Amino acid sequence: MTALPLILTVFVACAVEAVEALTIVLAAGLTREWRSTFQGMAAALVVLAAIVAVLGPTITLLPLTALRLVVGALLAIFGLQWLRKAILRASGYKALHDEASAYLREVAAAKAAPVSSRRGVSDWYAFTLAFKGVLLEGLEVVFIVITFGVSQGNLGAAVIGAALAVAVVAGTGIAVRAPLARVPENAMKFAVGIMLTSFGTFWGAEGAGVTWPGNDAALLVLIPAVALVSLGYAARLRRGRRAGEVPGSGGPAAAAPAPATESEEVTGR
Amino acid sequence: MMRALKSFGAFWYDFVIGDDWQVAAIVVAALAVTALLTHVAGVNAWWLLPLSAFAALAWSLHRATARKSR
Repeated sequence: MTALPLILTVFVACAVEAVEALTIVLAAGLTREWRSTFQGMAAALVVLAAIVAVLGPTITLLPLTALRLVVGALLAIFGLQWLRKAILRASGYKALHDEASAYLREVAAAKAAPVSSRRGVSDWYAFTLAFKGVLLEGLEVVFIVITFGVSQGNLGAAVIGAALAVAVVAGTGIAVRAPLARVPENAMKFAVGIMLTSFGTFWGAEGAGVTWPGNDAALLVLIPAVALVSLGYAARLRRGRRAGEVPGSGGPAAAAPAPATESEEVTGR
Repeated sequence: MMRALKSFGAFWYDFVIGDDWQVAAIVVAALAVTALLTHVAGVNAWWLLPLSAFAALAWSLHRATARKSR
């Protein structure tokens, strides 16, 4: 695989995470105060850098076959969870993740929380909100950068993709000073789920000892196959849901989509 | 201390496994069978993991939508 697909894949995956982190940081900064928000962001970035410093060199010590087996399994599991949620959202079984309403929820909570200073931080709530948001979304960025970069033997390209994504999202956020509600998040998550599942399956099977027909070229078949099957599942579920929507019946299939769960708010998937 | 450990474990469970542990179980089982077929039986079972991934996704979606339709 050349560097460009790797950079693009990491870019899209990390952009999704960066959009979600931006929503939380804006809510903390605009509603509370920027100084504590920046302190929280900085503390989270230090923790993330420490994780990369420890995990990065440790992972590169593993033999490539074992690495691909472990990374492939993790990516496939991770990717299938992304796909599952993206399909449920696309077919109407789950509410779409809405950055504007997520922002309003964070703002309401931030306004209600009392101001207290602790450990040299003037607004502890703003600090912890920004810290948690950047750390949790950043962990997914770190996971994707390390797994893709190390498995492809091109950590530099993966870091470039992630850095570009964070820079573009942060720059846009600074320019508009509002959550990026127009970003087609579910379409991006769908695409990321397809890529994570495809690469995870490819590397996992390689790690288990198989030889793919056509070697790396197998990805050119595997990625469209995962995309087609996923789109097929989404279309089928959407049809099934519409068929159950008899006006006025109030039947179970016509019920409103389920809202985002707590684990979703934690993982951002 | 125990509470901190529990929430640390719960966070990583949510982070890696997510909402449906059966998807993770199917992927791990499929990888184990692929390794057995390849190394013990000498079968180049490249097709097993993609098929298992599609089946895991279908099964997980079926369970999620059946729950909501009930």
